[in-house]
Amino acid sequence: MATQHSRSAARLMLAPAVILLLGWMLVPLIMTLYFSFKNYLPLRGGDLGWAGFENYTRFVTSSSFWPSVATTLIIVGGVLFITVILGIFLAILLNQPMWGQGIVRILVIAPFFVMPTVSALVWKNMFMDPNYGLLAYLWEFFGATPVEWLSKASMPSIITIVSWQWLPFATLILLTAIQSLDSEQLEAAEMDGASATKRFAYITLPHLGRAITVVILIQTIFLLSIFAEIFVTTGGAFGTKTLSYLIFQRVLESQNVGLGSAGGVYAIILANIVAVFLMRIVGKNLDA
Amino acid sequence: MARAVTPQRKIINTAAAWAVGLAIFFPILWTILTSFKTEAQAIADPPIFLGFDWTLENYKVVMERSDYAKYLWNSIIIAGGSTLLGVIIAVPAAWSMAFVPSRRTKDILMWMLSTKMLPAVGVLYPIYLLFIKLGILDSQIGLVIVLMLINLPIIVWMLYTYFKEIPGEILEAARMDGATLKEEVIYILTPMAVPGIASTILLNVILAWNEAFWTLNLTAAKAAPLTAFIASYSSPEGLFYAKLSAASTMAIAPILILGWFSQKQLVSGLTFGAVK
Amino acid sequence: MGRITLDKVTKSFGDTNVIPPLDLTINDGEFVVFVGPSGCGKSTLLRLIAGLEDVSSGQIRIDGEDATNLAPAKRKLAMVFQSYALYPHMSVRKNIAFPMKMAGVDEAEQKKRIEAAAKALNLTDYLDRRPGQLSGGQRQRVAIGRAIVREPSAFLFDEPLSNLDAALRVNMRLEISELHNQLKTTMIYVTHDQVEAMTMADKIVVLRAGHIEQVGSPLELYREPRNKFVAGFIGSPKMNFIEGSVAAQHGAHTIGIRPEHITASETAGLWQGVVGVAEHLGSDTFLHVHNTGLTDTITVRVNGEFGLRHGDTVYLNPEMDKLHKFDAQGLRIA
Repeated sequence: MATQHSRSAARLMLAPAVILLLGWMLVPLIMTLYFSFKNYLPLRGGDLGWAGFENYTRFVTSSSFWPSVATTLIIVGGVLFITVILGIFLAILLNQPMWGQGIVRILVIAPFFVMPTVSALVWKNMFMDPNYGLLAYLWEFFGATPVEWLSKASMPSIITIVSWQWLPFATLILLTAIQSLDSEQLEAAEMDGASATKRFAYITLPHLGRAITVVILIQTIFLLSIFAEIFVTTGGAFGTKTLSYLIFQRVLESQNVGLGSAGGVYAIILANIVAVFLMRIVGKNLDA
Repeated sequence: MARAVTPQRKIINTAAAWAVGLAIFFPILWTILTSFKTEAQAIADPPIFLGFDWTLENYKVVMERSDYAKYLWNSIIIAGGSTLLGVIIAVPAAWSMAFVPSRRTKDILMWMLSTKMLPAVGVLYPIYLLFIKLGILDSQIGLVIVLMLINLPIIVWMLYTYFKEIPGEILEAARMDGATLKEEVIYILTPMAVPGIASTILLNVILAWNEAFWTLNLTAAKAAPLTAFIASYSSPEGLFYAKLSAASTMAIAPILILGWFSQKQLVSGLTFGAVK
Repeated sequence: MGRITLDKVTKSFGDTNVIPPLDLTINDGEFVVFVGPSGCGKSTLLRLIAGLEDVSSGQIRIDGEDATNLAPAKRKLAMVFQSYALYPHMSVRKNIAFPMKMAGVDEAEQKKRIEAAAKALNLTDYLDRRPGQLSGGQRQRVAIGRAIVREPSAFLFDEPLSNLDAALRVNMRLEISELHNQLKTTMIYVTHDQVEAMTMADKIVVLRAGHIEQVGSPLELYREPRNKFVAGFIGSPKMNFIEGSVAAQHGAHTIGIRPEHITASETAGLWQGVVGVAEHLGSDTFLHVHNTGLTDTITVRVNGEFGLRHGDTVYLNPEMDKLHKFDAQGLRIA
């Protein structure tokens, strides 16, 4: 398959994608690095000279820094946990013989099509509003006091909203994987006397390993940068400020580009740590 | 599962699956229903499920308040344009990696994917500045480029996994038959990969359609797509549930319908080609 | 025309040397079979000739012209792949037309050639089907049809029959041989099956680990294998090899005797043994004889039916003039 001619053609055909992505990565990255060493306040005098590492120390010593890192990790971890567990359950359920499987599948996929701004608005106002939200009615109906979801239980609320959006994705991938499981394997295990639980634990679950890896990889990529869900619901208040959101506030709301850029560098480092960590697992489990 | 299932078992399965399916779908259903209520009925206590006076009033008000068609058009151009541009750039790249793999192929693929993990906020200001310098802030072309770039790794990855399933011998046969590289890609590879390419396009249209960071931060009035249209309902208008619902329904309907009509390709696309 | 010359051709993948320097000439109109165990480099050699792989050094000439760095498309060769490599999205007609379309052959001529090929290959009724709707044998014929219409200077076959069932394989073998008789075009055919090699080839090239072990006509290889490897590879069932004192009596390190050159008797003979498995094919009987004191098992082919069963004593008489002698390096002693 590989001659000198086809190899050079291959390099040529790969080049545009690589060059574009390299540019997309490097140009803003270098600019961000440059700004991070500057006192740069666009609305209050602009470029006020070099700042050394001051932005870096200020950003990391600010009281919001570590909580924002924790918030980011809790949201990513929480959503991953919920979607994977519920996804496995749903995939098994949907794989059973039933009437109207196609329609149920359509219903389950639907949240994936809903844009994050819409789902955040709908959940915030029509479900989680303490006065008129549907959940408030439900609580009152059972004689409980309605909860102020987005202020008193902000993190669980946001994790719920995001999980609702990503559950379809996890379910579909896991369902596809389950359907590819050779039923003879399960029958052989049954002949060998394995109970339903054991069959699940020793055959189905290991078979899902690769699918679970894909779910975790893809979701992490998207979850690390969730924005609209927080922007629309709490605006970063009530302990829901992720690292991304904190930087967003520094750059856009306080217009401190230098400080925000230093935060950006931290975020890039955090993303890289997660990326390296993920690639390790994925590299093992995914023959890409 | 060639084994017969008892009818009781099937009934229980069906009931459970429908209950879960409807529960997951409920927020969307509720939004659509509410969009046809009056504002008073929308917040009625107890909530009204179906027995309300159906009205199109909300849609009319929303249409009058903002130029829905303009936002819709921007969404279509941005989502469609970025996906098409991405596919045009990704097909040759995926061809290279799938059929002329080298020792570095896997690393390049992983690196591409890792660029997606770079936090957008980290580079928001530089991009913002660049866009002003280039005069493409709040323009369709600017967003087409940015969304193409952020989805390119996913497009390349998906096409790569689809291409890998095409036996190399078929491409070699084309080469023996006198096809040039270009003819090989156009006449053999692309038609054979049509289902995969369709899935890739669909999924990326959806991702681009729903992208809400760059579209919100890099547009103002001119090029704003539906994400911005709906963001304007944040508050305090968000408390007018019926109008919020109408606007929401209008924002998600195109993609919901597209998604349902192309369910089969989409399911395969949603797995990112990584799970069979 | 289709004269192909390989001159000191080598191929290595990274540090692994797959083909050491190799010289070979294939004459115009010859049916040449590359045969050898899997991993012997026969497919690589074919792909080097096709241009699907680069040679690491050396030269390939086609009809006297240097083709070493020529793209596959420009070598005027046609190839039939093991998996047939049909284009699944095209009808049979379009599959066959594809190489002509690439070459810019005009429509009328295309049509003429497609019809001629379809007729010759019994595909006329299937021209509008997709490859997916055809049986294995039909697909094979489409692949051949696609090769024929190009009117190449040589055909390359890469284990074309290995995906067919046994009965079909025999048929296709005949069809390909017949095709060669008709077209008289050079054909290079790769297989691991020595029966295919013996039945089809004008010239067999036996390969092992990239080396050419012997080149010759089927009967030359059968009668005078140059070494133990060729002797063991050509012929079925395999030649029996005997070492030790019996071999020494004949002035050799190893002697070889083919199963068909031993006669079995129930009463008397040079060697004596016990019948292990007896394979009764009707036309022949293969006896696997143990406890001869010569080697583990001696295989004997007996014409027609033979009464002995498992555990019976049998006497064996080798035809001494058909004995092959090899030295300690495994080379033939003349």
